[in-house]
Amino acid sequence: MALSAAAMLTDHRHQHLQEVRNSLSQALYPLQYLVNLPSRLANWSSEIFSSHGQLLQENQRLKQQQLLLQARLQKLEIIDSENARLRELLHASFKVGENVLVAEMLAVDMDPYRQQVVINKGSNDDAYEGQPLIDAHGIIGQIIHAYPYSSEALLLTDLSHSIPAQLNRNGLRTIVSGTGKTNQLELLYISNSADIRIGDRIISSGLGRIFPANYPIGVVSSVKHYPGRDFVEAYATPSAHVGRSREVLLVWDKAKLAADTQATEAAKARP
Amino acid sequence: MMTHCKNYWVVPVSLSIALVLTIMPLPPHLQPFRPDWLSLVVLYWGMAIPSRFGLGLACLFALLLDVSQGTLLGQHAFGLCLILYVVLRMHRQVRVSSFIQQALFIAVLLLLKQLLVLWVDGIVGRSVENLWLYFAPSLIGMLLWPFVFIILRDIRRSLHIR
Repeated sequence: MALSAAAMLTDHRHQHLQEVRNSLSQALYPLQYLVNLPSRLANWSSEIFSSHGQLLQENQRLKQQQLLLQARLQKLEIIDSENARLRELLHASFKVGENVLVAEMLAVDMDPYRQQVVINKGSNDDAYEGQPLIDAHGIIGQIIHAYPYSSEALLLTDLSHSIPAQLNRNGLRTIVSGTGKTNQLELLYISNSADIRIGDRIISSGLGRIFPANYPIGVVSSVKHYPGRDFVEAYATPSAHVGRSREVLLVWDKAKLAADTQATEAAKARP
Repeated sequence: MMTHCKNYWVVPVSLSIALVLTIMPLPPHLQPFRPDWLSLVVLYWGMAIPSRFGLGLACLFALLLDVSQGTLLGQHAFGLCLILYVVLRMHRQVRVSSFIQQALFIAVLLLLKQLLVLWVDGIVGRSVENLWLYFAPSLIGMLLWPFVFIILRDIRRSLHIR
């Protein structure tokens, strides 16, 4: 009794119990794997039993999509290099780019009152606490506990989650906070006179040093002005398919990695 | 004390199954109604074999539950140890009462546990949007108790655990 109370207290205040959590999670992983097995089997068998024609069709479709994306990428590459040149002219810092790794969500339920997921990559794959997660459409959340073989991630729609962001159209800065619903985000601290409209795209500003800059977060869905209040009440729909996508991307910021390795080397050289 | 009984492995296996049932995916609108399987099984073993089943094993599984749910480490363990203690103290009265009386008693204990978990959530600053729905699992647990009881009793009798 007293032991568990003490455990709760230390877990809340300090980070000492991370080791205990890690080892318990290793004991738990087989169970999670077992629970995830039926959905994996279903996926696998649907792949095995899908007909030749279907596969051909899908292949064709994917090839077309690939061509389309390739074409768009060419344009983007030109814009990217132009952007880099302009930034050099301005002596502004230059975004290096990111490393990514595909992770799969385990079909495992957690506390129904928090928006969390378990993914199948952990600290053995260099995932770390606070690492941003994106899906094909935008930012989806961040890792809050990295275990050896799996990680827990908090989705951006959780009540306790916030991201520093800006509007794509005019660079207006705001903070995007979760509401606990999978299809709604709240925009905080936007003054009444600010220029914000329904349909504005919201991107990450990179100010919090956790999320890389310029990734899509959502689209403004409602703006209400109240004369008596200091701030606008604005909501947005997340771009990422929260609650629908099975695969997510772990993002490593190359610039940050370089800075980290430099710091560790400096620490080593100092003795 | 556990060494006398060769079929004691059933207890941890049943607790593991309860844990699997707890993390098994359910459709989102059914999720708030998921009964607290681990508490039900722990309460049964506490009532049936109080001399063999202690707080230690229950506490370990409750910690595993904490890790799987991403809650504070010890949050479920705290509540579970408290209600298990009550059952261990009162097992003689509970064992002889009827199914309905037992189920009501279990419901009170499950509510108590949920209240404790909610309490800790409140202290740490996590909120629950629908408070009435939050207590639904206790009532579902109460309705399921006779089935859990009968199934586990039959397993216990067939394996001669006493």
